Amino acid sequence: MKALLLGGGRPLWFLAQTLARKGHAVTVVSRDAHECAHFANRVAATIVHGDATDPGLLEDAGARSAQLVLAAMANDADNLVACQVAQRWFAVPRVIALVNDPDNQEVFAALGVQAISTVVTVASLVEQRVTIDQVTNLIPAADGRVTLTEITLEEQNTAVGRRVVELGLPRDALIAVITRAEQTIVPRGETQLQVGDRVLLVALPESHPAALRLLTTNGG
Amino acid sequence: MKSLYLVIVGCGRLGSHLANLLSRIGHRVVVIDKNPDSFHKLAAESFSGTRIEGDASEAAVLRQARVDLADLVIAATQADNVNLMVASVARRVFRVEHVMARVYDPARESMYHELGLETVCPTLIAGEAFLDLVRRASGNGGGR
Repeated sequence: MKALLLGGGRPLWFLAQTLARKGHAVTVVSRDAHECAHFANRVAATIVHGDATDPGLLEDAGARSAQLVLAAMANDADNLVACQVAQRWFAVPRVIALVNDPDNQEVFAALGVQAISTVVTVASLVEQRVTIDQVTNLIPAADGRVTLTEITLEEQNTAVGRRVVELGLPRDALIAVITRAEQTIVPRGETQLQVGDRVLLVALPESHPAALRLLTTNGG
Repeated sequence: MKSLYLVIVGCGRLGSHLANLLSRIGHRVVVIDKNPDSFHKLAAESFSGTRIEGDASEAAVLRQARVDLADLVIAATQADNVNLMVASVARRVFRVEHVMARVYDPARESMYHELGLETVCPTLIAGEAFLDLVRRASGNGGGR
C-alpha cells in the first residue's frame, strides 16, 4: 500500500518506520526541515519538506496514486484542509485525520472527513482497561462506532444475581452473549447473571462507559 | 436597517476594521482571537461588542460565541486553513447562512467554491488592480 503521512513529531516518524518495515511505500510530508533532515537516513520513507495543505506539493508527494492519507499535524485546521484536498482533489480512497481537539472528531465527521482522536482512544483505554481488571477484551468494531467488551463478573459486583432487564442498561448497549462454564447463552431480559459469567457487551461509544459501570460496580 | 448578529474570527487589521465599523453602525458583533493583545485594535468609541479569547478551530470556542445564532460569520485570521475550517464549520455544522473566508492563497479556491464556501482572495484583488494599471498604461501609451 502507498501511504502518505502528513505531519511531524516522533510518533509519526515511528509510524512511518513501522509501516515501511511492513513493506508499505511510505511518504512523509513535514513542515519541519530539521526533522526531515534528521530522519532522512533513519526512516525508510520518502520525505518531502513543505506544506501538506498545498495541493501542488501533495501532488508532487504522490497523492494521485496514494491509497491512504493520514493527516496528523499539530493544527486541526491544517488537518481538515489537507484531508479535503486529498479527498476532493486527488480522490484518495482512504483519508484519515488524527485530530488534536477531541471535539473535532465529530466536527470532521460532519464535514465528511473520518477522524480519530488519540485523546479519546487513550482516555477510554485508561478508563476501561487499565482501571478494570475484569475487562478481558476491548475491541472497537465498525470503524470504532461500536465497542465490543468482554467482562468477567465477580462476586462483589452488584450486577450478580440480577436479571438483565433489571440492570437498566442504556438504550444503545446490550449483552450479546454470556459464557457460563461450558454453556453459551444468548440472554433474554429474564436471564439472571451469575458470578464468573463472561459477558459480551456490545455498545455504541457514548453508552459504553455507563454500561460498563453498571456491570462492574461493586456492592457496598 | 436590521441589526445583525455577526461573528468575526481574527482581530487583525481586517477583522478589527470590520468589527469597529459594523459595531458602530448598530450590529451586534462578537470578535474571536487567540491572542488577547490584538483586541487593543478595537476602538473604545466605536466597538461595543463582545471579545472572546480562544482558538476558533476548536468547536467549543465557536459554541461560546453562539455561532449557531449568527446571521453572518467572517473568517479573517492570518491563517488560510483556519479561515477555511471556521467557514466550513459555521456553514455546515452550525448552519449559518452567510459565511465568508479570507484566503491569501488562491490555489484551493475552486475546491472551496465546490464545497459551497464564499471566499475572498486579497492576492487576486490586488493582482487585478495592478493588472488593470498595466492595461491602462499600455493602452494609453499606445504610441510609444
